[in-house]
Amino acid sequence: MTTQTRPAIRVQGLEKSYGELRVLRGVDLDVQRGSIVALLGSNGAGKTTVVKILCTTLRSDAGTAVVDGFDVATQPARVRESISLTGQFAAVDEILTGRENLVLMARMRHLPGPRRIADDLLARFRLTDAADRRVATYSGGLRRRLDIAMSLIGNPPVIFLDEPTTGLDPHARIEVWNSVKELAGRGTTVLLTTQYLDEAEQLADRIAILHDGRIIANGTLAELKRLLPPATVEYVEKQPTLEDVFLAIVGPGGDAGTTVAPTPTAEQR
Amino acid sequence: MSKNFLGDTSVLLGRSLRHITRSPDTIITTTIMPIAFMLLFVYVFGGAIDTGSDSYVTYLLPGILLITIASSISYTAFRLFLDMQSGIVERFQSMPIARSSVLWAHVLTSLVASLASVVVVVLVALLMGFRSGAGVLAWLAVAGILVLFTLALTWLAVIAGLSAKTVDGASAFSYPIIFLPFVSSAFVLTATMPGPVRAFAENQPVTPIVDAIRDLYTQQPVSTDIWVALAWCLGILVVAYALAMATYHRTIA
Repeated sequence: MTTQTRPAIRVQGLEKSYGELRVLRGVDLDVQRGSIVALLGSNGAGKTTVVKILCTTLRSDAGTAVVDGFDVATQPARVRESISLTGQFAAVDEILTGRENLVLMARMRHLPGPRRIADDLLARFRLTDAADRRVATYSGGLRRRLDIAMSLIGNPPVIFLDEPTTGLDPHARIEVWNSVKELAGRGTTVLLTTQYLDEAEQLADRIAILHDGRIIANGTLAELKRLLPPATVEYVEKQPTLEDVFLAIVGPGGDAGTTVAPTPTAEQR
Repeated sequence: MSKNFLGDTSVLLGRSLRHITRSPDTIITTTIMPIAFMLLFVYVFGGAIDTGSDSYVTYLLPGILLITIASSISYTAFRLFLDMQSGIVERFQSMPIARSSVLWAHVLTSLVASLASVVVVVLVALLMGFRSGAGVLAWLAVAGILVLFTLALTWLAVIAGLSAKTVDGASAFSYPIIFLPFVSSAFVLTATMPGPVRAFAENQPVTPIVDAIRDLYTQQPVSTDIWVALAWCLGILVVAYALAMATYHRTIA
């Protein structure tokens, strides 16, 4: 096996149109195993379209996409064994409880011991207290955490996260970020889409910018920064952002607890 | 068909049956309209309707049962539509499952929910004086026709649930089906209707289905109605199934 050298995701010349609208006009993208790649783009740039094609829920018009060594067009069933999708809107079953959602996913992946798998993930994602409540009663952050936990069932080597923090409050967003970092720490390849620049900056090993149906820039944060004219040094008084203030006042856990001052960083531009 | 088809379908069936048991009101609301029609026709209009039968509630029950099924399957379309909207179908499709199991789970749930509603309506009819001396075989035949009718309408509901753009659109398709029994032999004899209406009433699917069910449980000899009824049900079933599957494969790539 050449798994160590072969990229987890290889996309070449991917094209997709919806009627007259040419959303993807030749997307090329490689994602190395165990890395987090952020697909950055504005609304309607086609990020979700790329994810759908890679998840085998949408067919491309042209080009090839290979996930974990399997072609999405010719071996979709093998691709589905290797991936999991956390879609743009937390696709959880509201009428079931959190635990039941996890058990459902484990059964659908044909895994032995679905209850034990559910218990493990409930503990790991700090969902045990909410486990037996219907998901309809969950907050947005809780729901997203369950959503991501559901994606980890069966330990798929490649995970797609489509705008995982859209609509979440700052606490929930940080929690999701921590979950994603933990995933990558375990060797899972993560392709995430986002429209938030700071999210890409926080999480991603590499950032690919999707614009006008193509990847117009692709590299590490440092490489992308080098694309700009050299930085001029300019001293700016560090003002706390509203997010810093919010987190300092409310505390990091969302509920009453320790108050932590924001980490001071000397910002240079 | 994948080797996982039966297992995946039963897991997903368990899921949607739980939706029903957690909101049993959907069974109740399904039965309200048919029961209201039954009360209205038996106790208000019934006295003025001459069907030549001893008991009007016995005469109209088959039509009421078809209305019950038609109103029940609008929930099938509704549930499928919500699953499509919420993205959970897409999540299932990205998993290593037999893809058609998603639809079959909804179809079997629809069957269970519809038959539960039918049982409720039959119980109310019994309170209102419906009696039958028919034997087990006749009742099995009635159940068979109702199951086939439910499956045929359910696959129509699947098309609606998959292709609807709004919640209202998902359930609106059932309205014409709910009203079809009114222009049939379900409530009055077709012989009393003016020519063109009578021609429509006698050649649409509800009339042979209603007549066959009525003949079965009133222990009358079943005419060719039963074959016409079965042909309609099977015909609708096959066409709706093919269209639903085509719609599904177009929707999910």
